Amino acid sequence: MMTVTALPRLPRPGTTRPLALDVARSEWTKLRSVRSTYWTFAAAIASMMGIGAIFALIFANQYSGLSVAEKATFNPTSVSLNGYLFAQLAIGVLGAIVVTSEYATGMIRTTFAAVPNRRLVLAVKAGVFAAITAVVGVVSSFGAFFIGQAILSGNTPHASIGDPGVLRSVVGAGLYLAVLGVLAVGIGVLIRRTAGAVAAVVGIFLVLPIVVAAIGTPAGTVSKYLPSAAGQAIFHTAAPGQHSLSPWLGFAIFVGYAIATLAVAATLLVRRDA
Amino acid sequence: MITADRLTKRYGPTLAVDDLSFEVSPGKVTGFLGPNGAGKSTTLRMILALDAPDSGTVTLDGQAYDALRRPLYDVGAMLEGKAVHPGRSAADHLLVLARSNGIPDRRVDEVLDLVGLTSVARKRAGEYSLGMGQRLGIGTALLGDPGTLILDEPVNGLDPDGILWIRNLLRSLAAEGRTVLLSSHLMSEMSLTADQLIVIGHGKLIAESTVDEFIERRAHHFVRVRSTAVERLGLLLRNQGATIDTEADGALAVTGVDATAVGDLAAAHGIALHELSTQRASLEEAFMEATHDSVDYRTDTDTQAATRERVSQ
Repeated sequence: MMTVTALPRLPRPGTTRPLALDVARSEWTKLRSVRSTYWTFAAAIASMMGIGAIFALIFANQYSGLSVAEKATFNPTSVSLNGYLFAQLAIGVLGAIVVTSEYATGMIRTTFAAVPNRRLVLAVKAGVFAAITAVVGVVSSFGAFFIGQAILSGNTPHASIGDPGVLRSVVGAGLYLAVLGVLAVGIGVLIRRTAGAVAAVVGIFLVLPIVVAAIGTPAGTVSKYLPSAAGQAIFHTAAPGQHSLSPWLGFAIFVGYAIATLAVAATLLVRRDA
Repeated sequence: MITADRLTKRYGPTLAVDDLSFEVSPGKVTGFLGPNGAGKSTTLRMILALDAPDSGTVTLDGQAYDALRRPLYDVGAMLEGKAVHPGRSAADHLLVLARSNGIPDRRVDEVLDLVGLTSVARKRAGEYSLGMGQRLGIGTALLGDPGTLILDEPVNGLDPDGILWIRNLLRSLAAEGRTVLLSSHLMSEMSLTADQLIVIGHGKLIAESTVDEFIERRAHHFVRVRSTAVERLGLLLRNQGATIDTEADGALAVTGVDATAVGDLAAAHGIALHELSTQRASLEEAFMEATHDSVDYRTDTDTQAATRERVSQ
């Protein structure tokens, strides 16, 4: 007869520690214990710096051939941060997958059995993901900026971090990725399936701006309020006007989109069966 | 103590759980039995507040599950399927859960050791065999040293050693005064592990009793008799009000009188008996009998095969 090894008893702690802190440690452990997290953040960092460097190289070679009008609107900071185009896809996809993979594997039921407060789980999950993405985003954004400006130096106009609006842009590009990550987590909860959620993220940040531009609404009255354009206002340092919102107003609207998506997601998360 | 009170759950047009009430007491292993599609997993999900009932309530020691802040100290659950991210190692999976409830990290190693996964703790859960996955599920349930254990099909995919291991584990956990509820479609396993049974079919309660009572009440018992004078004995027994069937090997299957009466009657008439035994139905058979009308998908051969399997006493 096989004997059963006794499991040591576990005293229940008289803990007064906030539950959110425990859930945050758990969500952090989830992220750092699967490979997709590392690959996707690596892809985001590589895009931010690599694609930014490529844009800088192109402009460094072609600057002398630009028209006077093009030279007038040339913004070396924006050019070096253009890697966001691809980095945002990596972050958006990861944000969605952080949720949809739990639905796909059944882990979501384990998660909610461990922490029945679903709103708390969602808030903490989005918060932890946003915090990591902000760090990764801001660091890679600085990297992209310095690499890009180094490439542009010489005869091409280039920016320094102390120039007006430059620091805001560089930090802003990283924050844009973090808020986009929160939005993607919310979309993941709403759609629950990886393919659908990824399609929605790509649709909102890549397809929608193109479609709205193609429809040709009166001079950007609609397009500047899209999540993508509003969020990007913080690092596209062209003067705000009809085509773009002021940096902080745009960013505030972008944050509003993310919070609204998360709020709807939380309501559905509580109402629906896991 | 788990108390379900008139639980009802509908998925679209399907009534998955229908006005189901039962109690699961501490200190015993309670088997939750029913054919596939009977509503077992749905009921377990409602206990864990994963699915919301359309009506009715279920409580654990008087509290709703979602009122528990750190439930792993009170209730350990092993859910259907693996419910684990396949890219995460067993150790990390347990660490994720331990931290979510503020359970110390060292507990993970203790649990891995108990369920015998220490040597593969760093392996990705997706590479686990079915049996290893079940062991991880049981480890998950034991993480918080809970007073209540809810296990959905814990024996599935375990080898005979593993089955014996979990049977002993569950019995010893119940002996410590814990509430243990396990679902299974393996009736024979239930008869060895469970003390108490909750049987459902089509979402409705069919029986709530001890395993022995359930078999006693539901199953067909008979006395098996072999003799060279079966015809004469058969006639005598019929006169006593017994019902006689003939088994495939020529033995009599007698119902309506017990073995003592058959033996006495044979002795009184000088009939030599070559075999006299009471045939007790298995839990399998009692279950078939009880759920006969509530099985969604049944083949006649399945039923016959199960009926043929008898446990002699």
